Amino acid sequence: MENKAIICKDLTKQFGDFKAVDKITFDVDQGEIFGFLGANGAGKTTAMRILCGLSYPTSGEATVAGFNVYKEQELIKKNIGYMSQKFSLYDNLTILENIEFYGGVYGVSRAEIKARSADLVHTLGLEKEAKKLVGELPLGWKQKLAFSVAIFHRPKIVFLDEPTGGVDPITRRQFWDMIYEAAASNITVFVTTHYMDEAEYCNRISIMVDGKVEAMDSPTNLKQRFNTHSMDEVFYQLARGAKRSGD
Amino acid sequence: MKQLFAFIRKEFYHVFRDRRTLLILFGFPIVQILLFGFALSSEVKNIGVAIQDNAHDVNSSEIINRIQKSSYFKVKEEIVSYSDVERRFKDGSIRCAIIFPVNFGQDLYRKEGSRIQILADASDPNTATIAVNYLTAIIRAYQQDLNPNRTLSYQIVPQLRQLYNEEQNGSLNFIPGVIALIFMIVSTALTSVAVVREKELGTMEILLVSPFKPILVLIAKAIPYLVLSLINFIIILLLAVFLLNVEIRGSLVLIFAESILFIITCLSLGLLISNVTDSQQTAMLISMMGMMLPTLLLTGFMFPLENMPSIFQVISHIVPSRYYYAIIKAVMLKGLGFGYVWKETLILAGMAVVLLSIALKRFKIRL
Repeated sequence: MENKAIICKDLTKQFGDFKAVDKITFDVDQGEIFGFLGANGAGKTTAMRILCGLSYPTSGEATVAGFNVYKEQELIKKNIGYMSQKFSLYDNLTILENIEFYGGVYGVSRAEIKARSADLVHTLGLEKEAKKLVGELPLGWKQKLAFSVAIFHRPKIVFLDEPTGGVDPITRRQFWDMIYEAAASNITVFVTTHYMDEAEYCNRISIMVDGKVEAMDSPTNLKQRFNTHSMDEVFYQLARGAKRSGD
Repeated sequence: MKQLFAFIRKEFYHVFRDRRTLLILFGFPIVQILLFGFALSSEVKNIGVAIQDNAHDVNSSEIINRIQKSSYFKVKEEIVSYSDVERRFKDGSIRCAIIFPVNFGQDLYRKEGSRIQILADASDPNTATIAVNYLTAIIRAYQQDLNPNRTLSYQIVPQLRQLYNEEQNGSLNFIPGVIALIFMIVSTALTSVAVVREKELGTMEILLVSPFKPILVLIAKAIPYLVLSLINFIIILLLAVFLLNVEIRGSLVLIFAESILFIITCLSLGLLISNVTDSQQTAMLISMMGMMLPTLLLTGFMFPLENMPSIFQVISHIVPSRYYYAIIKAVMLKGLGFGYVWKETLILAGMAVVLLSIALKRFKIRL
């Protein structure tokens, strides 16, 4: 139990007659990179919102970082990081001010913020830009910075909602290097993406279709099972049967 | 607490780095005060007047002299023909004209008395009435001076006093209204935009996922604007006192306390607006249209409420600025104490509580 970061059992979210998430069951190991795939409208976002402590499930069980999604939302929030597809730093704050703000919101002490942000700026090679407004940075840098900020408070799990949207392939590659580093320091990475090459980078992936998890395994095993060489094909074969589409 | 401070500091960065916000925050009030104080004055001064003096005698010259000396009128050169008068009315250089008949002076000592014609441009009825009244007063005063001993025994002389504003300073009436208007716009619009901006940027999502309590998000948004609105208020008061010669008669403490109450009402309204909209433009539009127009029209500072159709009078009861306007007018201009404004204060406080609780509740639901 201790080395499971996320456990879901028959997790369901229903809006009226509509089952956005329909009895999904899976678990994620601590330090694992878990890809959460699915076409638009498959229920990814709804499931993720429950796991992030933003909404309550209708039925089923789930724990995140060892905390119950019904009763311990506040504790979940303290132990996770989050980065969304929309860019999530403040353009008219400097890099350091952004770090300071998010550190402050997560209750990191001032001394700690100072030490860690100096480290972070050094690692990213942004010493010269540290006092510049984030709005002046290129998108790729912003995205990397946003990820660093999302794990600044050393969460157990970080949720990434389509983190590399609109970024060039080289930056995406660098971004994934950062994800591997985070996973190496035992942070669980829960990532949604539409890029199938990115899905290959994950330890394991799950593919959601119409609110259900239709397949879950390592990319290699999935390709074998569907008798194909590309994740694209796997995804296509599964998603083709979907009745729901769009957002 | 530390989290809250981190948040509030961030809000101040936003305000001070955004030129647009700064402009609305501090430029707007100053422009408003100057506009209402000077340009949109309801007093009538320097009314253009043309004089056609066909009499050219002592009496007519004396009256012309008096008109010239009055600050209400600006005498344009004398005009000979009647068509000239009409032309000047049309091109707008004069608002009224006086025509003395040929034997004006002589007729004065006859039984029938003498006549004088006053023409006024009534396309603006208020100005026309005021101009005619002023002219009549000047002529009457002259007549009085002419034969001081022959006052009729049964003449009634009304003794007029315009209370609370004896020098007829037009800014007096405007100041409380403009203050209400500025709070309404600055506090309501800027707060709603500040919250909606986070939604637009996607940072609201991050905030909701963080352990930071949603209610604290609202408080952290509101506090900077409360502080800034108060600074604004001080600037407006200073402008009013030193530039427009408004005398503050009531207690400053009471004025400040009431203003804080009204600002809180406005902030709550702003938070409420931010809850029901997702774009900055919509938020701005609702705040401007929904708040500015009722404040302009339904508080009684531009148009008297008593003259409005009863439906508008009823609606005016839900406009918070109406009560604030009444309070500030009573305290600032009449020097009244809390005992006279407690009812309005209570209503305002009630509105603040209701608006704030709806805002907080809706914010939670939208989580």
